[in-house]
Amino acid sequence: MDATSSYQATVAAARDSYSQLLAFLIPRAGGDICSAEDALSEAFLAALSQWPEGGVPDKPEAWLLTTAKRRLMDAQRRGATRLRHEEAIIHAIMTAEAAMDNTHDFPDERLKLLFVCAHPEIDPSARAPLCLQIVMGLDVSRIASAFLVSPSAMSQRLVRAKTKIREARIPFQIPAEEEWPERLDAIRDAIYVAFNTGWDSSFLDGCAASDLEEEAIWLARLLNRLVPDEPEILGMLALMLHCHARRNARRSPGGEFVPLAKQDMQLWSGSLVREADKWLRLAARFRSPGRFQLEGAIQSVHAQRLVSGRTDWVTIEGFYRILRNHTASLGAAIGHAIAISEVHGAERGLQVLDALDPIRLSTHQPFWVARAHLLRGSGLFEEAHVAYQQAIGLTGEDAIRRFLIRQLEESRALQEVT
Amino acid sequence: MQYALLFSESSKDFALRNDPEKSPAYWAAWSAYSETVASSGIMVCGSGLQPPETATTLRIENGKRHVHDGPYAESKEMLGGFFVIDVPDLNVALEWAAKAPSSSYGSTEIRPVLDPNK
Repeated sequence: MDATSSYQATVAAARDSYSQLLAFLIPRAGGDICSAEDALSEAFLAALSQWPEGGVPDKPEAWLLTTAKRRLMDAQRRGATRLRHEEAIIHAIMTAEAAMDNTHDFPDERLKLLFVCAHPEIDPSARAPLCLQIVMGLDVSRIASAFLVSPSAMSQRLVRAKTKIREARIPFQIPAEEEWPERLDAIRDAIYVAFNTGWDSSFLDGCAASDLEEEAIWLARLLNRLVPDEPEILGMLALMLHCHARRNARRSPGGEFVPLAKQDMQLWSGSLVREADKWLRLAARFRSPGRFQLEGAIQSVHAQRLVSGRTDWVTIEGFYRILRNHTASLGAAIGHAIAISEVHGAERGLQVLDALDPIRLSTHQPFWVARAHLLRGSGLFEEAHVAYQQAIGLTGEDAIRRFLIRQLEESRALQEVT
Repeated sequence: MQYALLFSESSKDFALRNDPEKSPAYWAAWSAYSETVASSGIMVCGSGLQPPETATTLRIENGKRHVHDGPYAESKEMLGGFFVIDVPDLNVALEWAAKAPSSSYGSTEIRPVLDPNK
């Protein structure tokens, strides 16, 4: 294990223990999330700075709990605590200590915490940020930047949601069986939103690179561990892992963007690809296909290039056709257009794009990238160049912008010679 | 709601404008961005600005005029241009600011425009 990955393992361990403790403390401290976070946050920061040097302690939860309690007691002695439910928090910490002494495994109540974060009473735009902050301990400025929101606005959004949880007494419990599917979908969607905060490069890249890729994968793995038999959760995890497997191939050593078709497959992570495929096979046993399993399967076909040396576009096109019965997302339609163009030619792909709703598309970058690509493939250079301009103007990531500018120049040169 | 997007660039970025090798990509990025903003119907007004060394600064102190060449104060990043856009809220303004080339190499400040009726 190299230094970076051992550091990452330590951070993951700290996060794991932190979230497990927090899930235990919050409901036992009157549902007061802010106070429970405050009580644990210093201990969590101490773990992040001390564990990489000294190693992860044998009982990480106990370490965090002892550290948190000591700091709370110190602050109390100085008369410096500002926690709203101080006595309740200290009592909850004592309960946690007792639970730790009595059992080998500390109870994992994080699923209840996830259900609270994605509760129907919580504004949908706050759900993913809540998961990231409460379950992962991510700081507000990081979350705000990833979601392209001002930190003060994000902070307000989170405080409002937490107040709601406390005041509306949103229960920390596993929902009844009939509510289960819908509530679980809400958690899954919140995690997927976190995965999708990145830039629009989906068709060039096979999938979107995200600022919060690793965090979202951590949450998806957690959810899959807590609820192991849900095919769409397995599918979402597989989709994320396939995308993540290519992270080192997306940029050249000089920092230039490398589209999927040109990526050096030696830079793909074989172990992540194998893991993703393992989850997909497991999901397939439930014979209940869905959007995430299909998207995961499409990425799996792309990954097979590693073995076969070619991309099986016929199979990909078939998967997209089924996917479009499951979702009206623009991404699915655009991906389908590209797949059709690979099988039947650019003109047929353009027909798919032309059939889409123009109002939804005027500022949708992947649409303009795909359209430019297919117009150029059809020899309609003038229109292609207008589409390239629009795509470049809508691109936020510099490497992709430079790539598209080069594509436009190439297309202009091609027009000259034809 | 109107927001000013203030595009800041370093002197290195300003130099790209006349770099024989790199200027085409610089201008391609900016012209695509301006056209996209204009064609989306949110543009109120805006302009690119010539580099800071072309500036002249005037101050009047106690009735005495001070005119000097160059910007008011040298700083790491200087104003390279601005747009005023009309969008529903700050989140949308941020989305448009994120697509500005300056956000990737310099910075973009988003400032609400004063409402003259208040």
